Amino acid sequence: MSSRERKQFLAGIGRDNPVFVQILGICSTLAVTNVLRNTVVMCIGLCFTLTLSNVTVSALRRWIPGRVRMMVEVLIIATYVIVVDILLKAYLPDISRELGPYVGLIITNCIVMGRAEAFALTNPPRLALVDGLAAGLGYSYVLLIIAVVRELMGSGTLWGIPVMGSWWTNWTILAMAPGAFFALAVFVWIVKACFLKPADAPVPGTGGKPS
Amino acid sequence: MNEPASLWTILFAAIFTNNILLANYLGMCSFLAVSKEIKTSFGLGSAVVFVMTATTALNWFVYHHVLVPLNLVYLNVIVFIIVIAAFVQLVELIIDRVSETLYTALGIFLPLITVNCAILGVSLFMIIRDYSFTQSVMYGLGSGIGWMVAILAMAGIRQKMKRSRIPRGLEGAGITLIIAGVMALAFMGFNGIL
Repeated sequence: MSSRERKQFLAGIGRDNPVFVQILGICSTLAVTNVLRNTVVMCIGLCFTLTLSNVTVSALRRWIPGRVRMMVEVLIIATYVIVVDILLKAYLPDISRELGPYVGLIITNCIVMGRAEAFALTNPPRLALVDGLAAGLGYSYVLLIIAVVRELMGSGTLWGIPVMGSWWTNWTILAMAPGAFFALAVFVWIVKACFLKPADAPVPGTGGKPS
Repeated sequence: MNEPASLWTILFAAIFTNNILLANYLGMCSFLAVSKEIKTSFGLGSAVVFVMTATTALNWFVYHHVLVPLNLVYLNVIVFIIVIAAFVQLVELIIDRVSETLYTALGIFLPLITVNCAILGVSLFMIIRDYSFTQSVMYGLGSGIGWMVAILAMAGIRQKMKRSRIPRGLEGAGITLIIAGVMALAFMGFNGIL
């Protein structure tokens, strides 16, 4: 790994983390993190789509006409999402049913689109691969932490196995919709307060869509 | 769905108890980025209501009359996103020609909408829940209105909050997420009316 690749990799995991720094891809972050098992599947799906679509966009970047590049990117991403969707339906039908529309919604996940638009279009495939993988892993570990907290405290289980014992009263709210918002907010708060220096922090609330 | 839910139940459920934003977390990105002022929120909100209703209807037709007969159901996500993108592009062209005031009010929000996950999400939910045509349209309309209600409420709160003192790390996204959580709690209270 060259130094540039290493730098890009570390940025995706830390300083430029898609979830807690750029606040992208929040929809699925909130929706699938109530159960750890679903979260793991979702993360694998996202990493797969993100890395491969990044490489593909990057490899085709000289042939994609500027005016229709968004459409081409969407089609490339959608192709990989369909592959993930079909694989899940075939091998993990239960999880596929529980995840419902959220697998298909990887297409509109702003992280995937954002990396294709902001990075893959202007960089060679090798670097795009590293970048996609880093952003995917950066997304995954945040989701996994939140999922562990939510499942442990919300249902007293981990991976469906009860671990908290009978003395624990479930914080049902954490497994429900409002709990997702609170959990992510507290996570962002802790990370920003402890790990990010003020100079690194971007202007709040600008983490919008690449449009 | 065991029995066909009545249209009004679907509409109210989509607006309040099953709010697309607060219960299904869809459309969060533009929600967080745009909800700073009531005026822009209203613009984006109305664009979402319109596009969501129309694309849900279109996608219902495409799914049941093109994809199912051709046995191409597995391609649904890719087809839906193309329909949505094409529709948004078309509306943008028409609005640009017809009315300049409408274009300045809505036009700038239209490109944002193509990648709004709520729009695609509604179409996918409609398939999963096996809605009929009228049910789908009601569901699309209700979800759009629900999204607009949520973003307007959030914009109002954020405008009031401008001068409040917020812990450093919570500024921006953090506090917005907490407010969204409180709003989700409040909307859960509507469960009783259905």
